[in-house]
Amino acid sequence: MGKVLMKGNEAIGSAAIRAGCRYFFGYPITPQNEVPEYMSRHLPEVGGVFVQAESEIAAINMVYGAAGAGGRVMTSSSSPGIALKQEGISYLAGARLPCVIVNVMRGGPGLGGIQPAQSDYFQATRGGGNGDYRIIVEAPSTLQEAVDLMQESFDLADRYRIPVMLLCDGMIGQMMEPVELREADRRPPVEKPWATVGTGGKRKPNIITSLYLNPAELEELNLLLAAQYREITERETRVESIGLEGARVVVAAYGTTARIVREAVDLCTAKGIPVGLIRPITLWPYPYAEFDKIGKDCLGVLCVEMSMGQMLDDVKIAANGRWPVHFYGRTGGVVPDPRDIAREIEVIAGRRPV
Amino acid sequence: MTEKVIIAGFGGQGVMLSGMLLAQAGLLRKREVTWLPSYGPEMRGGTANCHVTVSSRPIASPVILAPDCAIVMNLPSFDKYERQVVPGGLFLVNSSLVTKRSGRKDFRVVPVPVNELAQELGNAKTANMVMLGAYAGVSGALDRELFIKALEVIGGKKDHLLIDANVRAFDCGMEYVTGGYCGEIGA
Repeated sequence: MGKVLMKGNEAIGSAAIRAGCRYFFGYPITPQNEVPEYMSRHLPEVGGVFVQAESEIAAINMVYGAAGAGGRVMTSSSSPGIALKQEGISYLAGARLPCVIVNVMRGGPGLGGIQPAQSDYFQATRGGGNGDYRIIVEAPSTLQEAVDLMQESFDLADRYRIPVMLLCDGMIGQMMEPVELREADRRPPVEKPWATVGTGGKRKPNIITSLYLNPAELEELNLLLAAQYREITERETRVESIGLEGARVVVAAYGTTARIVREAVDLCTAKGIPVGLIRPITLWPYPYAEFDKIGKDCLGVLCVEMSMGQMLDDVKIAANGRWPVHFYGRTGGVVPDPRDIAREIEVIAGRRPV
Repeated sequence: MTEKVIIAGFGGQGVMLSGMLLAQAGLLRKREVTWLPSYGPEMRGGTANCHVTVSSRPIASPVILAPDCAIVMNLPSFDKYERQVVPGGLFLVNSSLVTKRSGRKDFRVVPVPVNELAQELGNAKTANMVMLGAYAGVSGALDRELFIKALEVIGGKKDHLLIDANVRAFDCGMEYVTGGYCGEIGA
């Protein structure tokens, strides 16, 4: 199949159905409305179920139900809507239920605005819900990557029995780009012997719960989750990086911002400043080890985000005092200008006074 | 080779569709393309714009800050984008709605009375296609056959009447700027 021009939100919906998603529960919010719109039209064509819930909270709990019954299920929303889903996400993590959650980020806090932002990094990677849990967070920077990560998200969710979040900004959701919708590989579906699909009178009932009143049992669950998070960290960390070896300055950015940074890198390259780029594809697990590849000529690391500095924390952990860590961000729906980023890089490289 | 175009106007003037056709035509000749819309509370009468990049190389940012060409369908868009166009660039102005002259001497301004031209063709809604034809005629960056194919991909092949009306409008805009126009408007 050739490349087709698609809007990000529609491409995400289409990729989800190709990845075997058959259940979608959601509630409208800009800038992700084309996801539920697409699902409402196309899920019935493949025998799937689309429900527009009465609220985000209802939607995430419907996801809990469908996931508990072993379905490939997803929901999508945008920043304040994802905030409402946090309780459900914590329950999904506690009950070890696989699902995919799409967040097409807009500016915050509160109702904020509707323009693109990356200010839900903490919410996504640190968890807005209670408890000792993690979810896998993937951040595409092109529509093709969004489509490819969609398949991967469902597979990872099933393999590890964990919620997976696709974290996009409003631009990824709204823009059009050519995508190749590859046929989903026909991997045998992961067995779900834990699902509540009826005992047929032949076995003890499965129980899906996140309630453990016995501290020893709850600790056991947390130890199991922790072991699994270690395994995911070792096996599923994804990152793209360029030019780290001889870089004078290394920029860390994800999603659409990483694309804008690439233009800034080109501007600096034209001025003879070697600049490297680290683009995390998974935000949890975070590719800390990639920073070890930075060469000895590096004068500083610049973190660029459409927020006031959230991934910055992880960049500082990764840098671990080896280089000064700088930050440049625009927020509230304002998109950074590559020329401004280039100026920041030039200052760090000592080519321009502070 | 990279061509960055901003198309802007009132909501309802068809600037989003014009941009999509430009992007689709680029994809049909195997170029990398991005189409980034303004989105949100804009509706009919509000302002709308889209950024279209067509390139032979992978496209970094879909956001355009210095367009090679700006196509402005109304006065607010004229005021917003006049200064952003690169020196030597192209500024296509809907002279039916914008009578203002640009103070810049370092780029090419092409006024096209697209509303009147579209009305003369009998379909005022095709003003956006008249403008796209004018862009194709001036820039040489959009091939007529690819435009028609793009129209079929986005609009569907079934509606011949609609396709014909849009192609007529496209041709009219192209003829207007290349000197082949035989009508009475703006001549």
